[in-house]
Amino acid sequence: MKKTASNKPKISAEEGKRLLHQMLLIRRFEEKSAEEYTKSKIRGFLHLYVGEEAVAVGVTQSLKEEDYILSTYREHGHALARGMDPGEIMAEMFGKLEGCSMGRGGSMHLFDSKINFFGGNAIVCGHLPMAVGMALASKKQGKKNVTCCFFGEGAAAEGEFHESMNLAALWNVPVLFLCENNLYAMGTALKYTHSEQKLEKKGPAYGIETGSVNGMDLMAVMEASQKAVDYIRKTGKPYFLVCYTYRFRAHSMFDAELYREKAEVEKWKKEDPIPKFSEYLLKEKMISAEEIQEIEGKVEREIEKAIEFAENGTWEDVKDLTRFVYTESQRS
Amino acid sequence: MSKYINLSYRDALKSAIREALKNDERVFLMGEDVGHYGGAFAVSKGLLQEFGPERIMDVPLSESGFTGSGIGAALAGMKPIVEVMTVNFSLLAMDQIINNAATLLHMSGGQLNVPVVIRMGCGIGRQLAAQHSHSWEPFYAHVPGLIVLSVGTHEDARGMLLSALESPDPVILFEYTSMLNLEKEIPEDAGAVDIRQAKVLKQGKDLSLITYGTGVYKCLEAADILAGEGMDVEVIDLRVLRPMDEETFLTSITKTHRALVVEDAWRSVSISSEVAARIMEKAFYELDAPVERLCGVEVPIPYPKHLEDASVPQVYDIVEKVTKMLRP
Repeated sequence: MKKTASNKPKISAEEGKRLLHQMLLIRRFEEKSAEEYTKSKIRGFLHLYVGEEAVAVGVTQSLKEEDYILSTYREHGHALARGMDPGEIMAEMFGKLEGCSMGRGGSMHLFDSKINFFGGNAIVCGHLPMAVGMALASKKQGKKNVTCCFFGEGAAAEGEFHESMNLAALWNVPVLFLCENNLYAMGTALKYTHSEQKLEKKGPAYGIETGSVNGMDLMAVMEASQKAVDYIRKTGKPYFLVCYTYRFRAHSMFDAELYREKAEVEKWKKEDPIPKFSEYLLKEKMISAEEIQEIEGKVEREIEKAIEFAENGTWEDVKDLTRFVYTESQRS
Repeated sequence: MSKYINLSYRDALKSAIREALKNDERVFLMGEDVGHYGGAFAVSKGLLQEFGPERIMDVPLSESGFTGSGIGAALAGMKPIVEVMTVNFSLLAMDQIINNAATLLHMSGGQLNVPVVIRMGCGIGRQLAAQHSHSWEPFYAHVPGLIVLSVGTHEDARGMLLSALESPDPVILFEYTSMLNLEKEIPEDAGAVDIRQAKVLKQGKDLSLITYGTGVYKCLEAADILAGEGMDVEVIDLRVLRPMDEETFLTSITKTHRALVVEDAWRSVSISSEVAARIMEKAFYELDAPVERLCGVEVPIPYPKHLEDASVPQVYDIVEKVTKMLRP
């Protein structure tokens, strides 16, 4: 597909506001989550998506309801962008029965089969083979849906990445390998982990159509992912898209960030996708400063509601501890 | 009365796969060399020609990748039979089996079923040395969320796969390559079998021989020899290693008051450890003597035949052990 100005997504003012709302919801949700973590309401590992919002929001715009999504342990953004209820996510992180996974999973294991959201997978790269298998099932069943699989650049060093790329290309299955390259695998920089740091070179080695995009630019992500998804729907073949992005916060709440300079983080913050997109909307006169404030207010209320929902949630009875090990109708 | 037919263990496995493929369009077989080669052990020979490459899928050597794909396909509504050529290679897929197949139902709060069946050729006794001779049922039987079945008889070779495919939860099937050519009579109309319970294969009153896998026919043979000596032992095939059916062997012990557990797996932290512990916990006062065990010797399996034979319990070991227990 040729890149022309006419291929750029032309968004309406309405869509612009909706997209800004989604990114802001993720940003404020994550900030609130960090706060709740310091209050010990959320425990375990908590990996925040702050800085990477344009990727989740941009990519999910190109997906349909029937498409499958698999994600990583840094998946709150993908879940929210997909339309998962913020209250159910917060309740999950609080460990309450009302959580999207009934509190059994926590921050790293958000699942919602109603919206075809398949985790919340916390073994790096462990979900790539499953994504290939889900796409294989779609192909066998004659379905036209796409399986979108988010992962970080750290995963691309795993054997399962290479096995999955090979299988997807070999079987010609409709899967989007969506690499969020945020430059650090936990605390180890890309240059210390990959012999070939231009990750987009790894796709063609398997005969997979590949692209890369500035993941801090919402409109660019939307365009690149739409192109990728269109290709997959048209050909039934896999596509590898690398989004260059950056997380502004630590890897997890345990991370003292000894591996990167503050100046580097500050430099990337100038690329913050949210102000960038707000400015774009303002410049194009699709939104006013007051309307941005209104969206902020709306997001604040949604998050308050989510917290309230989580707070009011119930603790599962300990007598039910061994539920969901086997299917209940089958074995007691 | 049903008619009986003579069938090799291999043909019993194969006829089950054929039947499953015929019965349900969602079923397909994927594994290394299952198609054009005909299966490393010829179990799937001819099936590619009969069912075509969509149903009989040769896969590259990427155990984690294709096992995970099987799990993904199961998540999305298919009924895959994943063949891991031998249990030895399954360690490369263990992340998928344990971190994904066994946990997804639980992590998702009951939302996601993983109806995958993973078959593994395994066992000791073909002089294949330390990397190709393993009895790793205990590894998998340790994991909640998996259903672990041991195919110790021809009837189970014919039926367990069919029942496993009905399970909404992931099933690991251990098949024993040393038994592939062994022929036995089974009912002509044999089919799906129960996959919840152990089975008493021979009634007896003096001692309970509890075993699984290749131990089953060995114990039955030993029981025959012992009967000639006037010792009447009961033989129990555990069959379901997880979730373990303890009722069957506990009931047996209330009758025999003595138990010997036999397995090829290494002794420490094994299936027999588990069985012995449960007997101690739940039938201690029924025992007239300590529970005894015959297990694999704790050594990587050596190549020479005489050393390999000495590494796992043989029929004569069982006969000798039972005799000592009953006639000290």
